[in-house]
Amino acid sequence: MSKIVRTAANLLFPFILIFGFYVIVHGHLTPGGGFQGGAVMATGLAMIIAAHNYERIQSAFKKDLLKTLEGTALVLFLTTAVSGFVVGKPFLTNWIVQAGGLFGGEPTVAGNLNTGGIIPLLNVFVGLEVLGALTLIVLTMLSGAKENS
Amino acid sequence: MKQVWTLSAVLLFAAVLTYLIASGDLTFGQPALADMDNYFIENAREETGANNIVTSVVFDYRGFDTLGEATVLFAAVLGVGSLFRKLTPEEEEAE
Repeated sequence: MSKIVRTAANLLFPFILIFGFYVIVHGHLTPGGGFQGGAVMATGLAMIIAAHNYERIQSAFKKDLLKTLEGTALVLFLTTAVSGFVVGKPFLTNWIVQAGGLFGGEPTVAGNLNTGGIIPLLNVFVGLEVLGALTLIVLTMLSGAKENS
Repeated sequence: MKQVWTLSAVLLFAAVLTYLIASGDLTFGQPALADMDNYFIENAREETGANNIVTSVVFDYRGFDTLGEATVLFAAVLGVGSLFRKLTPEEEEAE
């Protein structure tokens, strides 16, 4: 696309990523969460893909990296889910809630970031998975459409 | 003709909805079975430590559902990847 679109997209891109990150990390306090925040971040990447030309995108975006990100996030989600087995609790039990430490803080009305037990962890992993998956779908469809035309 | 059918369908739908709301049969915000909702509202913050009750339902009480959702997304990427893959010369021949 034109230089104006490219410059505007490059300017907006970091802010969209930061906003998506905020939505993911504050998932247990404010509206939003892993899916929504991951979709916001993927939207920023899709904007970059739409604004720049095909060859530059092919060299800048590594599909293998996105695949690894997506798969690793799903594996980490499952690892967190089975981590309750360590203390003898069932699958997906929120076993670190209100136990002190990094994610076990006391929940307040104002909302502290260090609460929620495994919920913030799962939010981050789902966010990474959605980010990788949606960007990968956009990239794959773009290259498929280019090759068949 | 098609527009007439569409318009009448929309008007019929709007009339039925207006009638239902006016007659008081549709009770928005007053579900018949509210025990579960009240339980979440009263206990979610203590049990999950999350202020956002929607997130505490999605990632704690119904966490297994979210795992399925993430798996569906993974499968969707697999499907798109295999649909748009680079064809080998033999496959090109077969087309």
